[in-house]
Amino acid sequence: MSSSAQSVKKDKNWTSRLRKSTLETMEPQDLLPDNQPAYVASWIYVFGVLTIASLLMLITTGLILTLEGPSWWHISSVGHFFNSMHLWSVELFFVFMVVHLWGKFWMAAWRGKRTATWVTGVLAFGTSIITALTGYLIQTNFDSQWIATQAKDGFNAMGIGAFFNTLNTGQAILLHVALLPLVVGVIVIWHILLVRRKGVVPPIDNDSTIEGGAF
Amino acid sequence: MVMKVDPSKKWTGPVRPYDIIKEGVIAVVVVAVLAGGLSLLFSSPDDKAVTLKSWSNNNAADFVVTATGELAGTTTSAGYGAPYNHAGNGPTLGPLKLQDWVGVHIPVDPANDFVVKPLLMLNDGNATAAVDTWNAATVDQQTKWASSYADALGKSGGATSVADAKNQFGPVPGMVSSLLGMAKTGALDGALTTSETPLPTDFTKPLLFLADSEGYFADMASKQHLSGDQWGVMNETGSWPGQSWLWLFSFWYQVEPFKSSGNADTLVMTLMGLLTLSLALFPFFPIIRKLPYKIPIHRLIWKKWYARKL
Ligand code: HEM
Repeated sequence: MSSSAQSVKKDKNWTSRLRKSTLETMEPQDLLPDNQPAYVASWIYVFGVLTIASLLMLITTGLILTLEGPSWWHISSVGHFFNSMHLWSVELFFVFMVVHLWGKFWMAAWRGKRTATWVTGVLAFGTSIITALTGYLIQTNFDSQWIATQAKDGFNAMGIGAFFNTLNTGQAILLHVALLPLVVGVIVIWHILLVRRKGVVPPIDNDSTIEGGAF
Repeated sequence: MVMKVDPSKKWTGPVRPYDIIKEGVIAVVVVAVLAGGLSLLFSSPDDKAVTLKSWSNNNAADFVVTATGELAGTTTSAGYGAPYNHAGNGPTLGPLKLQDWVGVHIPVDPANDFVVKPLLMLNDGNATAAVDTWNAATVDQQTKWASSYADALGKSGGATSVADAKNQFGPVPGMVSSLLGMAKTGALDGALTTSETPLPTDFTKPLLFLADSEGYFADMASKQHLSGDQWGVMNETGSWPGQSWLWLFSFWYQVEPFKSSGNADTLVMTLMGLLTLSLALFPFFPIIRKLPYKIPIHRLIWKKWYARKL
Protein backbone atom coordinates (compact mmCIF):
# COMPACT_ATOMS: atom_id res chain seq x y z
CA MET A 1 0.00 0.00 0.00
CA SER A 2 1.41 3.37 -0.93
CA SER A 3 1.86 5.95 1.80
CA SER A 4 -0.61 8.34 0.17
CA ALA A 5 -3.31 5.67 0.19
CA GLN A 6 -2.51 5.10 3.83
CA SER A 7 -2.92 8.76 4.74
CA VAL A 8 -6.24 9.00 2.93
CA LYS A 9 -7.56 6.07 4.91
CA LYS A 10 -9.10 7.15 8.18
CA ASP A 11 -6.78 6.57 11.09
CA LYS A 12 -8.33 3.97 13.38
CA ASN A 13 -5.67 4.04 16.04
CA TRP A 14 -7.03 5.98 19.03
CA THR A 15 -3.59 6.78 20.30
CA SER A 16 -2.29 8.25 17.09
CA ARG A 17 -5.54 10.14 16.57
CA LEU A 18 -5.23 11.72 20.01
CA ARG A 19 -1.56 12.57 19.33
CA LYS A 20 -2.37 14.14 15.98
CA SER A 21 -5.24 16.23 17.30
CA THR A 22 -3.28 17.45 20.32
CA LEU A 23 0.52 17.28 20.46
CA GLU A 24 1.04 17.50 16.72
CA THR A 25 -1.08 20.61 16.34
CA MET A 26 1.53 22.56 18.26
CA GLU A 27 5.25 23.00 18.15
CA PRO A 28 7.26 23.58 21.33
CA GLN A 29 7.74 27.18 20.16
CA ASP A 30 3.93 27.67 20.04
CA LEU A 31 3.50 26.38 23.58
CA LEU A 32 6.36 28.28 25.20
CA PRO A 33 7.19 31.11 22.80
CA ASP A 34 10.25 33.33 23.16
CA ASN A 35 9.03 35.74 20.52
CA GLN A 36 5.68 37.10 19.40
CA PRO A 37 4.34 38.82 16.28
CA ALA A 38 5.41 42.46 16.35
CA TYR A 39 1.81 43.65 16.90
CA VAL A 40 1.66 41.93 20.29
CA ALA A 41 2.68 45.16 21.95
CA SER A 42 -0.19 46.61 23.92
CA TRP A 43 -1.24 46.92 27.55
CA ILE A 44 -4.39 44.96 26.76
CA TYR A 45 -2.47 41.69 26.48
CA VAL A 46 -1.51 41.95 30.13
CA PHE A 47 -5.06 41.31 31.33
CA GLY A 48 -5.27 37.68 30.20
CA VAL A 49 -2.07 36.92 32.05
CA LEU A 50 -3.22 38.87 35.11
CA THR A 51 -6.44 36.81 35.09
CA ILE A 52 -4.38 33.60 35.17
CA ALA A 53 -2.19 35.03 37.93
CA SER A 54 -5.29 35.89 40.00
CA LEU A 55 -6.61 32.37 39.45
CA LEU A 56 -3.32 30.94 40.70
CA MET A 57 -3.53 33.22 43.73
CA LEU A 58 -7.12 32.06 44.31
CA ILE A 59 -6.10 28.41 44.21
CA THR A 60 -3.16 29.00 46.54
CA THR A 61 -5.07 31.03 49.16
CA GLY A 62 -8.03 28.66 48.81
CA LEU A 63 -5.82 25.66 49.53
CA ILE A 64 -4.41 27.43 52.58
CA LEU A 65 -7.99 28.04 53.78
CA THR A 66 -8.71 24.30 53.55
CA LEU A 67 -5.95 23.46 56.02
CA GLU A 68 -7.86 24.00 59.24
CA GLY A 69 -11.43 23.72 58.05
CA PRO A 70 -14.30 26.10 57.33
CA SER A 71 -14.45 27.77 60.77
CA TRP A 72 -10.74 28.51 61.01
CA TRP A 73 -10.92 31.99 59.51
CA HIS A 74 -13.56 33.13 62.01
CA ILE A 75 -11.27 32.55 64.98
CA SER A 76 -7.70 32.98 63.73
CA SER A 77 -6.13 36.21 62.51
CA VAL A 78 -3.90 34.24 60.16
CA GLY A 79 -6.98 32.49 58.79
CA HIS A 80 -8.76 35.82 58.45
CA PHE A 81 -5.82 37.26 56.52
CA PHE A 82 -5.90 34.41 54.03
CA ASN A 83 -9.66 34.83 53.72
CA SER A 84 -9.03 38.50 52.86
CA MET A 85 -6.38 37.47 50.32
CA HIS A 86 -8.86 35.03 48.81
CA LEU A 87 -11.60 37.70 48.63
CA TRP A 88 -9.38 40.37 47.09
CA SER A 89 -7.96 37.89 44.61
CA VAL A 90 -11.54 37.17 43.47
CA GLU A 91 -12.27 40.86 43.04
CA LEU A 92 -9.06 41.32 41.02
CA PHE A 93 -9.76 38.13 39.04
CA PHE A 94 -13.11 39.47 37.85
CA VAL A 95 -11.87 42.99 37.13
CA PHE A 96 -9.03 41.61 35.02
CA MET A 97 -11.30 39.11 33.30
CA VAL A 98 -13.89 41.71 32.35
CA VAL A 99 -11.25 44.08 30.93
CA HIS A 100 -9.80 41.10 29.04
CA LEU A 101 -13.26 40.17 27.72
CA TRP A 102 -14.04 43.63 26.38
CA GLY A 103 -10.50 44.01 25.06
CA LYS A 104 -10.97 40.82 23.04
CA PHE A 105 -14.35 42.09 21.87
CA TRP A 106 -13.00 45.35 20.49
CA MET A 107 -10.12 43.44 18.87
CA ALA A 108 -12.70 41.10 17.25
CA ALA A 109 -10.37 38.42 18.56
CA TRP A 110 -12.63 35.65 17.26
CA ARG A 111 -11.36 36.27 13.72
CA GLY A 112 -9.46 33.57 11.86
CA LYS A 113 -11.06 30.45 13.32
CA ARG A 114 -10.80 31.64 16.90
CA THR A 115 -14.50 31.24 17.75
CA ALA A 116 -13.71 28.36 20.11
CA THR A 117 -11.33 30.62 22.02
CA TRP A 118 -14.10 33.16 22.52
CA VAL A 119 -16.64 30.51 23.51
CA THR A 120 -14.31 28.86 26.04
CA GLY A 121 -13.72 32.36 27.43
CA VAL A 122 -17.45 32.84 27.98
CA LEU A 123 -17.60 29.38 29.57
CA ALA A 124 -14.78 30.37 31.90
CA PHE A 125 -16.68 33.56 32.79
CA GLY A 126 -19.93 31.69 33.52
CA THR A 127 -18.38 28.90 35.58
CA SER A 128 -16.31 31.44 37.50
CA ILE A 129 -19.50 33.28 38.48
CA ILE A 130 -21.08 30.07 39.77
CA THR A 131 -17.88 29.15 41.59
CA ALA A 132 -17.80 32.60 43.21
CA LEU A 133 -21.43 32.23 44.31
CA THR A 134 -20.66 28.92 46.02
CA GLY A 135 -17.71 30.64 47.66
CA TYR A 136 -20.00 33.31 49.08
CA LEU A 137 -22.32 30.52 50.27
CA ILE A 138 -19.63 28.83 52.36
CA GLN A 139 -18.47 31.85 54.34
CA THR A 140 -20.47 30.37 57.24
CA ASN A 141 -21.46 33.83 58.47
CA PHE A 142 -24.46 36.14 58.20
CA ASP A 143 -23.69 37.12 54.62
CA SER A 144 -23.62 33.50 53.46
CA GLN A 145 -26.87 32.73 55.28
CA TRP A 146 -28.59 35.68 53.66
CA ILE A 147 -27.26 34.93 50.17
CA ALA A 148 -28.33 31.28 50.55
CA THR A 149 -31.92 32.21 51.40
CA GLN A 150 -32.10 34.73 48.54
CA ALA A 151 -30.37 32.69 45.84
CA LYS A 152 -32.51 29.61 46.50
CA ASP A 153 -35.53 31.34 44.90
CA GLY A 154 -33.67 31.91 41.64
CA PHE A 155 -32.51 28.31 41.40
CA ASN A 156 -35.89 26.94 42.54
CA ALA A 157 -37.60 29.03 39.87
CA MET A 158 -35.61 27.14 37.22
CA GLY A 159 -36.18 23.73 38.79
CA ILE A 160 -32.46 23.57 39.68
CA GLY A 161 -32.87 24.25 43.40
CA ALA A 162 -34.05 20.71 44.04
CA PHE A 163 -30.57 19.48 43.07
CA PHE A 164 -28.32 22.43 43.89
CA ASN A 165 -29.69 23.48 47.28
CA THR A 166 -28.04 26.73 48.36
CA LEU A 167 -29.23 26.09 51.94
CA ASN A 168 -27.17 22.89 52.09
CA THR A 169 -23.82 24.24 53.27
CA GLY A 170 -22.09 20.87 52.99
CA GLN A 171 -23.02 20.62 49.33
CA ALA A 172 -21.82 24.16 48.64
CA ILE A 173 -18.48 23.46 50.36
CA LEU A 174 -17.83 20.39 48.26
CA LEU A 175 -18.81 22.15 45.04
CA HIS A 176 -16.68 25.17 45.80
CA VAL A 177 -13.61 23.34 47.04
CA ALA A 178 -13.54 20.38 44.70
CA LEU A 179 -15.74 20.20 41.64
CA LEU A 180 -16.05 23.80 40.41
CA PRO A 181 -12.38 24.86 40.65
CA LEU A 182 -11.56 21.74 38.67
CA VAL A 183 -14.08 22.71 35.99
CA VAL A 184 -12.80 26.30 35.82
CA GLY A 185 -9.22 25.04 35.70
CA VAL A 186 -9.89 22.67 32.82
CA ILE A 187 -11.75 25.33 30.84
CA VAL A 188 -8.96 27.88 31.37
CA ILE A 189 -6.27 25.40 30.29
CA TRP A 190 -8.33 24.59 27.21
CA HIS A 191 -8.78 28.33 26.49
CA ILE A 192 -5.07 29.01 26.73
CA LEU A 193 -4.07 25.99 24.65
CA LEU A 194 -6.41 27.24 21.93
CA VAL A 195 -4.73 30.66 22.03
CA ARG A 196 -1.25 29.14 21.87
CA ARG A 197 -2.25 26.82 19.05
CA LYS A 198 -3.74 29.57 16.87
CA GLY A 199 -1.26 32.28 17.71
CA VAL A 200 -2.34 35.75 18.76
CA VAL A 201 -4.91 37.29 16.44
CA PRO A 202 -3.43 39.95 14.10
CA PRO A 203 -4.69 43.55 14.12
CA ILE A 204 -7.75 44.59 12.17
CA ASP A 205 -6.22 46.11 9.06
CA ASN A 206 -7.53 49.14 7.33
CA ASP A 207 -7.74 47.74 3.89
CA SER A 208 -7.99 44.09 4.72
CA THR A 209 -10.46 42.47 2.40
CA ILE A 210 -10.80 39.69 4.89
CA GLU A 211 -13.16 40.77 7.58
CA GLY A 212 -12.65 37.28 8.86
CA GLY A 213 -16.01 36.38 10.27
CA ALA A 214 -16.39 33.66 12.75
CA PHE A 215 -14.47 31.08 10.78
CA MET B 1 2.50 49.66 2.87
CA VAL B 2 -0.42 48.18 4.67
CA MET B 3 -0.35 44.43 4.80
CA LYS B 4 -3.35 42.33 4.12
CA VAL B 5 -3.46 39.62 6.70
CA ASP B 6 -5.47 36.48 6.85
CA PRO B 7 -6.03 36.02 10.57
CA SER B 8 -6.45 32.27 10.23
CA LYS B 9 -2.94 31.80 8.78
CA LYS B 10 0.14 31.48 10.88
CA TRP B 11 1.92 34.84 11.23
CA THR B 12 4.94 35.21 9.00
CA GLY B 13 5.59 38.92 9.50
CA PRO B 14 8.00 40.67 11.85
CA VAL B 15 8.34 39.41 15.42
CA ARG B 16 9.58 40.84 18.69
CA PRO B 17 11.31 39.10 21.59
CA TYR B 18 9.02 37.91 24.34
CA ASP B 19 9.44 35.83 27.52
CA ILE B 20 6.15 34.14 28.42
CA ILE B 21 7.42 32.58 31.67
CA LYS B 22 8.95 35.83 32.91
CA GLU B 23 5.74 37.71 32.15
CA GLY B 24 3.74 35.05 34.03
CA VAL B 25 5.99 35.20 37.08
CA ILE B 26 5.85 39.01 37.15
CA ALA B 27 2.04 38.87 36.89
CA VAL B 28 1.83 36.48 39.86
CA VAL B 29 4.06 38.75 41.95
CA VAL B 30 2.00 41.82 40.97
CA VAL B 31 -1.28 40.12 41.91
CA ALA B 32 0.19 38.79 45.18
CA VAL B 33 1.32 42.29 46.13
CA LEU B 34 -2.01 43.85 45.11
CA ALA B 35 -4.13 41.23 46.93
CA GLY B 36 -1.83 41.29 49.97
CA GLY B 37 -1.92 45.09 50.10
CA LEU B 38 -5.70 45.27 49.75
CA SER B 39 -6.04 42.60 52.47
CA LEU B 40 -3.82 44.50 54.90
CA LEU B 41 -5.62 47.77 54.14
CA PHE B 42 -9.23 46.60 54.02
CA SER B 43 -9.30 43.06 55.47
CA SER B 44 -12.63 41.27 54.80
CA PRO B 45 -16.05 41.34 56.43
CA ASP B 46 -17.26 38.65 58.80
CA ASP B 47 -20.62 39.32 60.44
CA LYS B 48 -21.40 36.44 62.75
CA ALA B 49 -23.92 33.86 61.59
CA VAL B 50 -27.35 34.07 63.21
CA THR B 51 -29.15 31.17 64.82
CA LEU B 52 -32.64 30.41 66.02
CA LYS B 53 -31.13 30.99 69.46
CA SER B 54 -29.88 34.50 68.65
CA TRP B 55 -33.17 35.30 66.89
CA SER B 56 -35.37 34.21 69.82
CA ASN B 57 -33.18 36.02 72.34
CA ASN B 58 -32.90 39.26 70.37
CA ASN B 59 -36.41 39.52 69.02
CA ALA B 60 -38.69 37.10 70.87
CA ALA B 61 -41.83 38.84 69.58
CA ASP B 62 -40.81 38.30 65.96
CA PHE B 63 -39.94 34.68 66.70
CA VAL B 64 -43.37 34.10 68.22
CA VAL B 65 -45.16 35.75 65.30
CA THR B 66 -43.18 33.70 62.78
CA ALA B 67 -43.69 30.40 64.64
CA THR B 68 -47.44 31.12 64.81
CA GLY B 69 -47.34 31.89 61.09
CA GLU B 70 -45.81 28.46 60.45
CA LEU B 71 -48.77 26.87 62.25
CA ALA B 72 -51.26 29.07 60.41
CA GLY B 73 -49.58 28.29 57.08
CA THR B 74 -49.04 31.96 56.26
CA THR B 75 -45.23 32.18 56.10
CA THR B 76 -43.20 32.09 52.90
CA SER B 77 -41.97 28.54 53.42
CA ALA B 78 -45.40 27.29 54.57
CA GLY B 79 -46.83 28.40 51.22
CA TYR B 80 -43.75 27.80 49.07
CA GLY B 81 -44.55 24.73 46.99
CA ALA B 82 -41.83 22.79 45.14
CA PRO B 83 -39.18 21.69 45.90
CA TYR B 84 -40.23 21.75 49.59
CA ASN B 85 -43.97 21.00 49.73
CA HIS B 86 -47.27 21.11 47.84
CA ALA B 87 -48.51 24.27 49.52
CA GLY B 88 -48.12 26.65 46.59
CA ASN B 89 -47.22 27.18 42.95
CA GLY B 90 -43.83 28.37 41.80
CA PRO B 91 -43.20 31.11 39.24
CA THR B 92 -43.83 30.20 35.62
CA LEU B 93 -42.62 31.19 32.19
CA GLY B 94 -45.65 30.99 29.95
CA PRO B 95 -46.57 27.30 29.87
CA LEU B 96 -43.27 26.32 31.52
CA LYS B 97 -43.66 25.46 35.20
CA LEU B 98 -40.05 24.55 35.86
CA GLN B 99 -40.28 24.88 39.62
CA ASP B 100 -43.44 22.82 39.98
CA TRP B 101 -42.39 20.14 37.51
CA VAL B 102 -39.45 18.93 39.60
CA GLY B 103 -41.86 18.17 42.43
CA VAL B 104 -41.07 17.85 46.11
CA HIS B 105 -37.39 16.92 46.34
CA ILE B 106 -36.43 18.40 49.69
CA PRO B 107 -39.55 17.76 51.79
CA VAL B 108 -40.17 20.49 54.36
CA ASP B 109 -43.51 20.77 56.14
CA PRO B 110 -42.99 23.93 58.21
CA ALA B 111 -45.75 23.49 60.83
CA ASN B 112 -44.64 19.94 61.60
CA ASP B 113 -40.91 20.26 61.00
CA PHE B 114 -40.31 23.63 62.66
CA VAL B 115 -42.81 23.44 65.53
CA VAL B 116 -44.60 20.15 66.20
CA LYS B 117 -41.74 17.63 65.90
CA PRO B 118 -39.19 19.69 67.86
CA LEU B 119 -41.75 20.15 70.69
CA LEU B 120 -42.08 16.38 70.97
CA MET B 121 -38.30 16.11 71.40
CA LEU B 122 -38.52 18.47 74.34
CA ASN B 123 -39.97 15.76 76.57
CA ASP B 124 -41.99 18.34 78.48
CA GLY B 125 -45.46 17.47 79.78
CA ASN B 126 -47.14 20.76 78.85
CA ALA B 127 -45.62 20.87 75.41
CA THR B 128 -46.60 17.27 74.69
CA ALA B 129 -50.15 17.87 75.89
CA ALA B 130 -50.44 20.95 73.67
CA VAL B 131 -49.15 19.00 70.68
CA ASP B 132 -51.61 16.17 71.41
CA THR B 133 -54.51 18.64 71.34
CA TRP B 134 -53.14 20.13 68.12
CA ASN B 135 -52.74 16.75 66.43
CA ALA B 136 -56.24 15.65 67.44
CA ALA B 137 -57.86 18.69 65.80
CA THR B 138 -58.95 19.02 62.16
CA VAL B 139 -56.79 21.09 59.81
CA ASP B 140 -59.55 23.72 59.71
CA GLN B 141 -59.58 23.98 63.47
CA GLN B 142 -55.78 24.17 63.61
CA THR B 143 -55.72 27.00 61.08
CA LYS B 144 -58.47 28.84 62.94
CA TRP B 145 -56.58 28.67 66.25
CA ALA B 146 -53.27 29.72 64.74
CA SER B 147 -54.76 32.54 62.64
CA SER B 148 -56.67 34.04 65.56
CA TYR B 149 -53.53 33.90 67.68
CA ALA B 150 -51.53 35.51 64.89
CA ASP B 151 -54.12 38.32 64.71
CA ALA B 152 -54.01 38.82 68.46
CA LEU B 153 -50.20 38.94 68.47
CA GLY B 154 -50.32 41.41 65.61
CA LYS B 155 -52.60 43.72 67.57
CA SER B 156 -50.61 43.36 70.78
CA GLY B 157 -47.81 45.60 69.55
CA GLY B 158 -44.89 43.29 70.11
CA ALA B 159 -46.01 41.01 72.92
CA THR B 160 -44.56 37.50 73.14
CA SER B 161 -47.87 36.08 74.31
CA VAL B 162 -51.51 37.11 74.51
CA ALA B 163 -54.04 35.81 77.05
CA ASP B 164 -56.82 33.69 75.54
CA ALA B 165 -59.76 35.70 76.92
CA LYS B 166 -62.31 34.35 74.44
CA ASN B 167 -60.96 30.80 74.38
CA GLN B 168 -60.14 30.83 70.67
CA PHE B 169 -56.42 30.04 70.40
CA GLY B 170 -56.53 26.37 71.43
CA PRO B 171 -53.10 24.88 72.18
CA VAL B 172 -51.27 27.40 70.00
CA PRO B 173 -50.04 29.83 72.71
CA GLY B 174 -48.71 26.91 74.75
CA MET B 175 -46.93 25.38 71.76
CA VAL B 176 -45.41 28.66 70.68
CA SER B 177 -44.18 29.65 74.11
CA SER B 178 -42.64 26.21 74.66
CA LEU B 179 -40.93 26.55 71.28
CA LEU B 180 -39.66 30.00 72.27
CA GLY B 181 -38.15 28.55 75.43
CA MET B 182 -36.56 25.78 73.43
CA ALA B 183 -35.16 28.21 70.86
CA LYS B 184 -33.69 30.49 73.54
CA THR B 185 -31.55 27.68 74.90
CA GLY B 186 -30.27 26.72 71.44
CA ALA B 187 -31.99 23.34 71.54
CA LEU B 188 -34.15 24.18 68.52
CA ASP B 189 -31.07 24.78 66.35
CA GLY B 190 -29.92 21.29 67.22
CA ALA B 191 -33.35 19.79 66.70
CA LEU B 192 -33.70 21.25 63.19
CA THR B 193 -30.19 20.50 61.94
CA THR B 194 -30.09 16.91 63.20
CA SER B 195 -33.57 15.94 62.05
CA GLU B 196 -32.23 14.28 58.87
CA THR B 197 -28.73 13.12 59.79
CA PRO B 198 -26.91 12.99 63.13
CA LEU B 199 -23.90 14.93 61.79
CA PRO B 200 -25.39 17.99 60.12
CA THR B 201 -23.98 19.68 57.02
CA ASP B 202 -27.36 20.78 55.69
CA PHE B 203 -29.06 23.88 57.11
CA THR B 204 -32.16 23.90 54.93
CA LYS B 205 -34.67 23.77 57.79
CA PRO B 206 -33.25 26.37 60.20
CA LEU B 207 -32.50 28.70 57.28
CA LEU B 208 -35.99 28.41 55.84
CA PHE B 209 -37.41 29.13 59.29
CA LEU B 210 -35.09 32.13 59.73
CA ALA B 211 -35.92 33.39 56.26
CA ASP B 212 -39.59 33.49 57.25
CA SER B 213 -38.70 36.10 59.88
CA GLU B 214 -39.51 39.61 58.82
CA GLY B 215 -38.55 41.46 61.98
CA TYR B 216 -35.13 39.91 62.57
CA PHE B 217 -33.39 38.22 59.63
CA ALA B 218 -34.77 40.39 56.81
CA ASP B 219 -34.41 43.46 58.97
CA MET B 220 -30.72 42.75 59.62
CA ALA B 221 -30.23 42.26 55.89
CA SER B 222 -31.91 45.49 54.90
CA LYS B 223 -29.81 47.39 57.45
CA GLN B 224 -26.82 45.95 55.57
CA HIS B 225 -28.34 47.01 52.21
CA LEU B 226 -28.71 43.36 51.21
CA SER B 227 -32.41 43.24 50.30
CA GLY B 228 -33.55 42.42 46.80
CA ASP B 229 -34.73 45.96 46.17
CA GLN B 230 -31.35 47.23 47.37
CA TRP B 231 -29.47 45.28 44.68
CA GLY B 232 -29.42 42.35 47.12
CA VAL B 233 -26.98 39.55 46.47
CA MET B 234 -24.36 41.56 44.64
CA ASN B 235 -23.67 43.49 47.85
CA GLU B 236 -21.61 42.50 50.87
CA THR B 237 -22.17 43.28 54.52
CA GLY B 238 -20.56 46.60 55.46
CA SER B 239 -19.00 48.56 52.61
CA TRP B 240 -16.95 45.77 51.08
CA PRO B 241 -17.36 45.01 47.41
CA GLY B 242 -19.51 41.92 46.90
CA GLN B 243 -20.32 39.99 43.78
CA SER B 244 -20.32 43.10 41.61
CA TRP B 245 -20.24 40.87 38.51
CA LEU B 246 -23.88 40.07 39.31
CA TRP B 247 -24.84 43.69 38.63
CA LEU B 248 -26.83 42.93 35.49
CA PHE B 249 -28.63 40.10 37.28
CA SER B 250 -29.56 42.41 40.20
CA PHE B 251 -30.43 45.21 37.79
CA TRP B 252 -33.43 43.41 36.29
CA TYR B 253 -35.06 43.07 39.72
CA GLN B 254 -35.00 46.87 40.04
CA VAL B 255 -37.00 47.57 36.85
CA GLU B 256 -40.36 46.72 35.36
CA PRO B 257 -41.76 44.37 34.24
CA PHE B 258 -39.65 42.20 36.54
CA LYS B 259 -39.88 44.34 39.66
CA SER B 260 -43.55 43.72 40.28
CA SER B 261 -43.85 40.32 38.59
CA GLY B 262 -44.65 37.22 40.60
CA ASN B 263 -42.58 35.32 38.06
CA ALA B 264 -39.53 37.59 38.37
CA ASP B 265 -37.17 34.78 39.43
CA THR B 266 -37.93 32.63 36.40
CA LEU B 267 -37.95 35.61 34.04
CA VAL B 268 -34.64 37.03 35.23
CA MET B 269 -32.87 33.65 35.35
CA THR B 270 -34.09 32.84 31.82
CA LEU B 271 -33.11 36.26 30.52
CA MET B 272 -29.62 35.99 32.03
CA GLY B 273 -29.24 32.51 30.57
CA LEU B 274 -30.15 33.84 27.12
CA LEU B 275 -27.86 36.86 27.48
CA THR B 276 -24.94 34.63 28.47
CA LEU B 277 -25.65 32.41 25.49
CA SER B 278 -25.71 35.49 23.25
CA LEU B 279 -22.35 36.60 24.61
CA ALA B 280 -20.95 33.23 23.58
CA LEU B 281 -22.52 33.71 20.13
CA PHE B 282 -21.25 37.29 19.56
CA PRO B 283 -18.93 36.10 16.75
CA PHE B 284 -22.03 34.89 14.86
CA PHE B 285 -24.27 37.96 15.22
CA PRO B 286 -23.92 40.05 12.02
CA ILE B 287 -24.36 43.47 13.63
CA ILE B 288 -22.50 42.79 16.85
CA ARG B 289 -19.49 41.25 15.18
CA LYS B 290 -19.10 44.31 12.93
CA LEU B 291 -19.05 46.71 15.89
CA PRO B 292 -15.28 46.44 16.47
CA TYR B 293 -14.81 47.59 12.89
CA LYS B 294 -17.27 50.49 13.17
CA ILE B 295 -16.00 51.77 16.49
CA PRO B 296 -12.25 51.67 16.08
CA ILE B 297 -11.08 51.07 19.64
CA HIS B 298 -8.60 48.66 18.06
CA ARG B 299 -6.71 51.69 16.72
CA LEU B 300 -5.97 52.52 20.34
CA ILE B 301 -5.13 48.97 21.34
CA TRP B 302 -2.69 48.40 18.50
CA LYS B 303 -1.57 52.03 18.37
CA LYS B 304 2.12 51.15 18.17
CA TRP B 305 1.54 48.72 15.35
CA TYR B 306 -0.52 51.09 13.24
CA ALA B 307 1.93 53.94 13.87
CA ARG B 308 4.79 51.77 12.72
CA LYS B 309 3.22 50.86 9.40
CA LEU B 310 2.28 54.33 8.36
C1 HEM C 1 -10.69 32.69 33.64
C2 HEM C 1 -10.82 33.56 32.70
C3 HEM C 1 -9.86 33.80 31.55
C4 HEM C 1 -8.51 33.61 31.48
C5 HEM C 1 -7.58 33.11 32.58
C6 HEM C 1 -8.09 34.01 30.16
C7 HEM C 1 -6.77 34.00 29.72
C8 HEM C 1 -6.38 34.34 28.43
C9 HEM C 1 -5.01 34.49 27.99
C10 HEM C 1 -3.78 34.35 28.88
C11 HEM C 1 -5.03 34.80 26.68
C12 HEM C 1 -3.80 35.11 25.82
C13 HEM C 1 -3.76 36.48 25.20
C14 HEM C 1 -4.11 37.65 26.06
O1 HEM C 1 -3.85 37.62 27.25
O2 HEM C 1 -4.67 38.62 25.53
C15 HEM C 1 -6.42 34.82 26.26
C16 HEM C 1 -6.85 35.06 24.99
C17 HEM C 1 -8.18 35.20 24.61
N1 HEM C 1 -9.26 35.28 25.47
FE1 HEM C 1 -9.22 34.83 27.42
N2 HEM C 1 -9.20 34.40 29.44
C18 HEM C 1 -10.29 34.29 30.25
C19 HEM C 1 -11.59 34.64 29.95
C20 HEM C 1 -12.00 35.09 28.69
C21 HEM C 1 -13.31 35.60 28.38
C22 HEM C 1 -14.42 35.79 29.40
C23 HEM C 1 -13.31 35.89 27.04
C24 HEM C 1 -14.41 36.46 26.18
C25 HEM C 1 -15.64 36.19 26.29
C26 HEM C 1 -12.03 35.56 26.52
C27 HEM C 1 -11.67 35.66 25.18
C28 HEM C 1 -10.40 35.48 24.70
C29 HEM C 1 -10.03 35.48 23.29
C30 HEM C 1 -11.00 35.64 22.10
C31 HEM C 1 -8.64 35.29 23.23
C32 HEM C 1 -7.79 35.16 21.98
C33 HEM C 1 -7.08 36.41 21.67
C34 HEM C 1 -6.12 36.30 20.54
O3 HEM C 1 -6.06 35.31 19.82
O4 HEM C 1 -5.40 37.26 20.37
N3 HEM C 1 -11.23 35.09 27.54
N4 HEM C 1 -7.21 34.55 27.35
